[in-house]
Amino acid sequence: MTLTMFTLNAFYGLALAMNMFIIASGLNLIFGVLRIINFAHGMFYMFGAYVTFTVTKSWGAPFFVGVLASAASLAVIALVIERLMLKHLYGKEHLMQLLFTFAIVLLMSDAAKMIWGTDQYSVGYPPGLGGAVNLGFVVLPQYQLFLCVVGPLIAIVMWLLVDRTRWGRIVRAATQDREMLAALGVNVPMVYAAVFTIGSALAGVGGALAAPRVALVPGMDATIINECFIIVIIGGLGNLWGSFLGALAFGLVVQFGTVLAPNWQDVLPYLLMLVVLIIRPWGLLGRPETN
Amino acid sequence: MPERRYLIASAVVVLLLALLPLGGSRYAVDVATEVLIYVLFALSLNVLIGFTGNVSFGHAAYFAIGGYACAILLTTYGWPLLFALPAAVVLAGMVAAVVGYFCVRLTQIYFAMLTLAFAMLVWGIAFKWKEVTGGDDGFTGIKLPAMLAHHTSYFYFTLAVVAAGIAALWVICHSAFGLTLIAVRENSVRTGFIGVDTRRMRWAAFTVAGTFGGLAGALFGMYHRGMYIENAYWTESAQVLIMVLLGGIYSFVGPIIGAAVLYLLQVFTNQYTTYWPTVLGLILLVIVLALPDGLIGLVARVRAYRKAWQRT
Amino acid sequence: MLRPMLRIGGLWKAFAGFVATRDVSLDLAAGETHAVIGPNGAGKTTFFNLITGHLRPDRGSVSFEGRDLVGLPPQKIVRLGIARSFQRINIYPRLSVFENVQVALIAHERQQWNLFRPGRSLHREGTLELLELVGLAREAAETAGELSYGKQKQLELAIALASQPRLLLLDEPTAGMSPQETAETIASVRDIVKARGLTLLFTEHDMAVVFGIAERISVLHHGVIIASGRPDAVRNDPEVRRVYLGEHGHG
Repeated sequence: MTLTMFTLNAFYGLALAMNMFIIASGLNLIFGVLRIINFAHGMFYMFGAYVTFTVTKSWGAPFFVGVLASAASLAVIALVIERLMLKHLYGKEHLMQLLFTFAIVLLMSDAAKMIWGTDQYSVGYPPGLGGAVNLGFVVLPQYQLFLCVVGPLIAIVMWLLVDRTRWGRIVRAATQDREMLAALGVNVPMVYAAVFTIGSALAGVGGALAAPRVALVPGMDATIINECFIIVIIGGLGNLWGSFLGALAFGLVVQFGTVLAPNWQDVLPYLLMLVVLIIRPWGLLGRPETN
Repeated sequence: MPERRYLIASAVVVLLLALLPLGGSRYAVDVATEVLIYVLFALSLNVLIGFTGNVSFGHAAYFAIGGYACAILLTTYGWPLLFALPAAVVLAGMVAAVVGYFCVRLTQIYFAMLTLAFAMLVWGIAFKWKEVTGGDDGFTGIKLPAMLAHHTSYFYFTLAVVAAGIAALWVICHSAFGLTLIAVRENSVRTGFIGVDTRRMRWAAFTVAGTFGGLAGALFGMYHRGMYIENAYWTESAQVLIMVLLGGIYSFVGPIIGAAVLYLLQVFTNQYTTYWPTVLGLILLVIVLALPDGLIGLVARVRAYRKAWQRT
Repeated sequence: MLRPMLRIGGLWKAFAGFVATRDVSLDLAAGETHAVIGPNGAGKTTFFNLITGHLRPDRGSVSFEGRDLVGLPPQKIVRLGIARSFQRINIYPRLSVFENVQVALIAHERQQWNLFRPGRSLHREGTLELLELVGLAREAAETAGELSYGKQKQLELAIALASQPRLLLLDEPTAGMSPQETAETIASVRDIVKARGLTLLFTEHDMAVVFGIAERISVLHHGVIIASGRPDAVRNDPEVRRVYLGEHGHG
């Protein structure tokens, strides 16, 4: 493999990783605080992509408006779901919570069918980000460069929010001891609602950002949720930088796998997860659950 | 020995089913065959979920292995059914033992995710190993022994095998082993402190579940004369998981009810609308928000409510 | 003493810099009734967890009848003849009282691997015997989680006894009990221990209980044993008086 090919592939891998990180970080955040694995996260991603499609293609708005619309609409959907139904399930068995999110998947998938039909759609690269940057030995597409900037940006913003702000401290405390937090007068339900909303909005944003890159088809949610699971498990459930690392590993393995071992590309992510879990059962940066 | 009334009820059910081909249509017999297969599949999963308290997201793997192995042995290698079926079941059990060894080192959601990972690996292998499994196109044209070729005879065969499987699972779940599994589920720390190696127990449960899941898969493949990679995909695992939960995980009979109800509901709904996912989603919402113990739990609650009402 | 049944030497355990157990050594003779007392946070439960395999010591040795226990998982230690009860009730709340004990008997006979014999019919007499011993025979069919606190503690004791231990570790057996429940529990424990020739190591807050039945007492303070010996000697030990009378007022 030439240097050009290597750089190009590494770059595509990084861009994929950053897009995946944005999506997976939402799933990770929700699990870290609410201890719920949101199976509907993939469906939120799909809705994010489709909303951006409708806003940009059908209504002709600029791309970033589409991204904002995706974030906003998913935030609203998530808030409604959380306030109306999910909040009744906190403290119930995890299995029930999982099933609930799966029910949401089923309902939203039919809703998507009703709203957008079963055709395949595509969203082109936004003007200004559709070109490429010539570095001499390699030509890098602008959109992927954009992703490589946005991804770490979001990671740093999230890290600062969680690590440096008062709200972040509350969120961190919520992962440790919810009852204590309520006893201290913190509005725990509001914290939960906020976390679920933000985490889901991240899925929407991730979907919006993915829209120029991927084909918009029914079933894209199933692929993504599997991949998100792999990433957060590899990284360590509940750990922000774990998700980042997991996404990096995922992106690079998938990209290079597609090029070097095309027969195995579908299985590689699962092999990666297997290898990581066998060596570090709780994920790269994860720690055993203490009940 | 189970209580007299359960034995009688089971005998009645088996008898009614045995009479079905005489009175019912071909369609009814086909539906009944498939329901029986899913009943066995669901019961096998409940050994893990209901009795041991470990949720698996990848149970379809053993279903698929049993199905593919039996299909391949019968068709590609021309083995007689007498050898192919047990061999397929043993293979499913062995894979479950290997996978289970790694999975039981983890607990709860991590355990579930690892089961999913292994299941998708099985899917991936089925997908890629085109020469053996047929890959994307599936493995079709399974050769059944002549005496099972007719749909009625296959129905009786399935009824016999599933009845035997249910009986075996009943014995296992109500044995000292089963009771200890329940102890592991209820308080695994305490169970360690009475001298039980809880990890080994969970491993054994995993293997048992995979073995009977493989049996269900073998029956499935032969019935459909083909195995397809969708049968190893996580959606198949999710479906059987929902069957178990719908029926109620805390009773032996729950998964039987859940599998039958869900399958029949799906068949019924698909005749009128393409929006089965919505129906299923609503069912799930009802279970989760109102019926966490499943349909069996609902029955128990109704009974308790009536008893309380009678006392006033 | 002749070779002690339980020999603990130089036990250390620290959690992220906080030393919970500091160079603890203790010898327990067979048939002895030994109390470990100390103010809250002294490290009594940690000490128990180190013996029963729930925690692994950073340093030191624990040997039972000559066998080294360090590094063994709890289920192996139970099989060697040590059983314990827990400070926070650790029973099977959703199972019946009967099943709670029955499961322990099944495990003791290694029958958990029997995939054929019906679980419910095993050890029916043995279970009833144990339930009668702790005074719970009448509650056998009740759900364990619905028992009163004192009765749940008795159930804990029955479960521990089901493992046919030679050494019994009871972590605060009378915690949260009324004076009458305490007296009944302690009388029951003393009778059982005497009848079965058990060695008893227990922790307690209630000094009346301690000085009532303990043959020897060790006092734990901030993870260190500051005194160990016969009750009178401990009662008059100046260090012990300082630690206790400065904080409690019982004596």
